[in-house]
Amino acid sequence: MPLIEVTDLQTRFRTDDGIVKAVSGVSFSLERGETLGVVGESGSGKSVTFLTVMGLLEKTAETSGSVRFDGEEILGLSMARLRRIRGQRMGMIFQDPMTSLNPVKKIGWQLEEAVLLHNDVNRKEARRRSVAILEEVEIPRADTRIDDYPHQFSGGMRQRVMIAMALINNPEILIADEPTTALDVTTQAQILRLMGRLQQEHEMAIVMITHDLGVVAELADEVIVMYGGRVVEQANVDNLFAKAEMPYTWGLLGSLPRLNLETTRLEQIPGQPPSLLHPPTGCAFNPRCAYAFDRCREELPELRPAAQEHAHLFRCHLGDEERARIWAEKKAAFAAAAGSAA
Amino acid sequence: MTAFVIRRLFWAIFLFLVATIAAYVLFFIIPTNPAALAAGKAATPVVVKHISHVMHLDLPIYQQYWLFLWNMVRHGSLGYSFVNQLPVRGLIRQDAPVTMSLVFGGAVFWLALSIPVGIISALRPRSILDRSAMIFVLIGISAHPVWIGLILAYLIGYRLGLTPISNYCPLVPSHSIGVPCSGPLQWFEHMILPWMTFMLLFAALYVRLIRATVIETMSEDFVRTARAKGASSGRVLVQHVLRNSMLPVVTILGMDLGLALGGAVFTETVFSLHGLGQQLITAATSDDLPVVTGILVFACIAVIVFNFIVDVAYAWLDPRIRLTT
Repeated sequence: MPLIEVTDLQTRFRTDDGIVKAVSGVSFSLERGETLGVVGESGSGKSVTFLTVMGLLEKTAETSGSVRFDGEEILGLSMARLRRIRGQRMGMIFQDPMTSLNPVKKIGWQLEEAVLLHNDVNRKEARRRSVAILEEVEIPRADTRIDDYPHQFSGGMRQRVMIAMALINNPEILIADEPTTALDVTTQAQILRLMGRLQQEHEMAIVMITHDLGVVAELADEVIVMYGGRVVEQANVDNLFAKAEMPYTWGLLGSLPRLNLETTRLEQIPGQPPSLLHPPTGCAFNPRCAYAFDRCREELPELRPAAQEHAHLFRCHLGDEERARIWAEKKAAFAAAAGSAA
Repeated sequence: MTAFVIRRLFWAIFLFLVATIAAYVLFFIIPTNPAALAAGKAATPVVVKHISHVMHLDLPIYQQYWLFLWNMVRHGSLGYSFVNQLPVRGLIRQDAPVTMSLVFGGAVFWLALSIPVGIISALRPRSILDRSAMIFVLIGISAHPVWIGLILAYLIGYRLGLTPISNYCPLVPSHSIGVPCSGPLQWFEHMILPWMTFMLLFAALYVRLIRATVIETMSEDFVRTARAKGASSGRVLVQHVLRNSMLPVVTILGMDLGLALGGAVFTETVFSLHGLGQQLITAATSDDLPVVTGILVFACIAVIVFNFIVDVAYAWLDPRIRLTT
C-alpha cells in the first residue's frame, strides 16, 4: 500500500471574478521512504496541491477527489482528526524561512510546542527533544541557541529550525515547499544534503516541491511536472532526464543553467503561465508551445503512457516519432552546451 | 532591555524640552503683549509696564523660557491664571482627575468592546457580525461626539432614567461643602454615559484597526506553520496571532490616551464634566494664556509618558525591538 495516494484531486477557489481552478484532476502516489519531486512554475498548482493534502487551505477552497494517507481517506476529514496527523505523521516546511517562524516566540518555545501538541510529555522532556533535534540539523551550540528568537538566526539556520520542527515527531512524510528557493546557493546545497541525510535516518518519504530541475535530479525518485493545475508529465527521474516527452518539460530542461562559457543566454520559455481563472482551451501550454497545432488549441490531451516505458505518463498531441526527433535535437543541443563548458 | 529603557527615557526628556519650547513660544511670544492681557482692559500703560517687569517680559526670550522651565521643574509651578490669579497647577490638579476618569474608564470600555468584536470580524470576514460591526464603525466614525453624547443622555438618561445625565462625582468620598456627590458608586454612575460616548467614538476606530491587523497576521507564514504543526485554531489565535497583531494597537492606544487627556472637550461639555477640555476652552476664550500653556504642557507630558509606556510595552511584546534598537 502506498504511503500516500492522491486520485483525481481538484481544488477550486470561488472569487469575485469567477472560479479559479487551481488544481484539476491530479493523481499520484508515493511509497514509504521515497522522494517525489514536483516541478512547475509559480501558479502551476504545485503548492496548492500539497496544501490541499495537508488541509491547510482556507475554508473557501472547494476540494474533491481522494487523498489516502496510509490507507485512510484524509480529504474532508474534520479539523480535529486532521490535526492529529499534521505535525505528527506529516510534516511540512515552506519557502520563506524568514517569515515562517513566529517572530515573538523563542525558537525553543516553537519547537516544544510541536512536541507538546502530539505527545503526553512534560516541558522538560519537550525541551530535551528540541535540543536533540537542533543538534541533528547541525545547529551549533544548540543548547544555548534554543533560547534565541528567530531574528537572531540567519536564513539557512532558520530553514534548519523549520526542518527540525517538522521532523521532531518523526513524521512518515515531509512535504517541502520550495525549501531552498529563498536561500543563497551554498546554503541551498547544505540544506539539500541535510534533507537527504535526514531522510535516510528517519526513513521518511519526501515531497520536494520546486521549480528547479537541478534539485529534482539530486533528490527525487519520481517526478511530476505540473502546468496550469494539471500533471503534464510523470516519470521516474532517470526516465525523465533520459527522454522527456512533453514540450513544457523540454523548456524546463533547456532553462537549466549550465557552466557554459560560450552560450551566455539561457533558453527561456516564452510567454506567461496560464490564467487559472480563464485557462486556454485545449492544452494549457499551447499558447507558449513552439510545436502547437490546431488540435492542441481545441482538445485537452489525455495523460498517456510513453511508447517504451508505460509508467512514464505525459500529455501531448504530438506523434511519437515527431517527439522523438525533437527530443534528439534538444538532447544534442544540451550535450553540446555541456561539452563546450568542459 | 535596561539599555533600551534608558535610551527611551533620554528621548522622553528631549521630547519634553522640545514640546515645552513649542508650547511656550506659541503662547507667550506670538501674542503682542501678554502683560496687557494680564493687566486687564482698564490698565494704564504704567501698570502694564509694571506687570511686564513682574512677569519678566522685559528679559530676553531664552531667559524667560528658562524661568518658565525652572519654575516648572524645580517648583512644579506652571504660573498663575491671568483671570483669577489662581495657580495653574491647582487648576490642573483639580480638573485632571475628571478627564483621567473619562479617558481611562472610556479606554477600558472601548477596548473591552473592540478587541472581541475586531477579532470575531477578522475571523469571519463578510459574516453578518462583520457587516453589522462595519455599520457600527461607520456610525461611530461619522457621528460627532456631541451628537452621540446627547442621544445617549436623552435615551438612556432621560427617557429610560437609568443613569444621571450630567456632572462629575469624585471617586474618593468627600464631605466638604460644595461637593454634591462622591464615592465610587456615584462616580461610576455619573461616568457611564461619558464612557459610552467615548466607547462609541473610539471603539469604531479600534474595531477597524484590530480587524485589519488580525486579518493581516492570520495570513502570515508563521500562522500557516503553526497550523501545519497541528495546533488548533483557538491555539493558533491565542498563541500566534494575538500577540503579533496587538503591536500596532498598543502604539495607537498610547497616542490616543495621551491626546485624549489633553482635552476630551466635547464629551466633557455634553455631560458638564469640569475637566481639562472645558478648562482649556474657557481659558482660550478669555485669553488666559498661562492656563492654556499649562494644560498644553500637561497634555505634552501625558503624550510623552504614554509613548514611553508604549515603547517599553512594545519592546516587551516584540523581541526584535528589544535587541536591535
